[in-house]
Amino acid sequence: MWCNRLNDAQTAGDAAPLELRIAAKSFLSADGARVEVVRDLQLRLEAGSFGALIGPSGCGKTTILKIAAGLDPDFRGQLRTPGSGRLGIVFQEPRLLPWRTVEDNVRLALPADRADVDLGDLFEILGLGSHLTRYPAELSLGLARRTAIARAFAVGPDFLLLDEPFVSLDEAIADRLREELLALTARAKVTTLLVTHDLTEAVEMADRLFFLSDRPTHIILEKALPPPRGGRSSDVVASISDEMRALIAQAAIEHGKS
Amino acid sequence: MLQRTYSLTALIAIWGVAAALLQSRLLPGPLTIGAAIVTDIRTGELPFQMACTLGRVAGSFAIAMVLGTIAGYAMGRSKAFDRYVDPWLVVLLNMPALVIIIFAYIWIGLDETAAIVAVAVNKLPNVVVVMREGARALDPELDEMAKAYQFARLSRIRNLVLPQLAPYLAASSRSGLSIVWKIVLVVELIGRPNGVGFVLGSAFSLFDMAKILSYAICFIVLMLLIESLVVQPLERRANRWRRRPA
Repeated sequence: MWCNRLNDAQTAGDAAPLELRIAAKSFLSADGARVEVVRDLQLRLEAGSFGALIGPSGCGKTTILKIAAGLDPDFRGQLRTPGSGRLGIVFQEPRLLPWRTVEDNVRLALPADRADVDLGDLFEILGLGSHLTRYPAELSLGLARRTAIARAFAVGPDFLLLDEPFVSLDEAIADRLREELLALTARAKVTTLLVTHDLTEAVEMADRLFFLSDRPTHIILEKALPPPRGGRSSDVVASISDEMRALIAQAAIEHGKS
Repeated sequence: MLQRTYSLTALIAIWGVAAALLQSRLLPGPLTIGAAIVTDIRTGELPFQMACTLGRVAGSFAIAMVLGTIAGYAMGRSKAFDRYVDPWLVVLLNMPALVIIIFAYIWIGLDETAAIVAVAVNKLPNVVVVMREGARALDPELDEMAKAYQFARLSRIRNLVLPQLAPYLAASSRSGLSIVWKIVLVVELIGRPNGVGFVLGSAFSLFDMAKILSYAICFIVLMLLIESLVVQPLERRANRWRRRPA
């Protein structure tokens, strides 16, 4: 079963948290000027929990995610990934190989020790069962996103990164995908970091929220949400969101003063 | 397909009429050529000479494609490497085919190695140029995905790099095949005791138009067959993931 390994990892006491400290991250703009994107950002996420990074567009969310994924070693700071560091990642775009079928796209990402794993359940949960032999060009955006999510879970990740995986989907499909994703993270007990600009989405899914400032980005407010995650009713989500908005506004004012 | 047949039939008909009107030894008609081809196939002469030429085409084509793809990929991926190697490439691109052939025969000797090396070196820079463009066009987002999921090197080449390079490979192998076989004939004309180029050379000194036409036609037909029976099916296979126009 595709989820067994994850549970084993859990019981084996694989409880290292995600720790990310970015003292500084900058890059050169096209005209040669140095742009500082992140400064003094510290983030800690307990093993098995679901964190959300929330911030305005262009504040460097994707940059932070890439650093957390180990894809960008060019920063000052430290990164400790949870567990053995096996990563599942869902990019903003599905990033599938157009010349491989849905099933091959998922299987190609598998590490050698999981090459023969049965993915039937996973495909079924994500509603991909009848599309396995199709090529990405024949899929709707929703199905392509599901394939990318399937790929991220199929590797049996210790650590899951999601970069706005639901943008430009219509609300009904995005809602269903959120539910499926929550079910999968709960089942696999994987440490998850979601990047989003949508507060409601973050409140619905996460149990720890990190609010980001404008550039150079750091965390202006961190908030743990009471359990259970996923099961929050829309009233609860709305009231927590309102409360958060007030807190962020206050934090932003204080941030402006200092 | 039907149009192609008509068009080719018309070409042969015009040729036949012109030959009948001129009644010259310098333009034999299609029937004379057909008979000459049949005779030479029966004696085994024509298949032997074509096999010699085809072997050289295959050898030099393979060498040029493999080395050119590797060099082009490296140049497309590394700016530093590109800066160092680019001047060599420009020199090689502008070196006349004949000069390379003469150098090869003088330095290596009048043998098979020299012939194949000369043709491969002539073809190589074109492959490098095309494959460098291909390597530059590789999608960095897919690269990032492969890095995040720790694709093994071989899997990355097979599933990520080669499919993206496929159109460039197809383009350079198509233009390559036609350049290679033309240069092979020159190489054979200058320094080989067999092959279609050698036969054409000796037929030229005897003004034997029937022989020249029959060998040339047979070789063109062979290259067309390779194009439609090998190159095109491979291309279709590589492109089967593309959505076909309904």
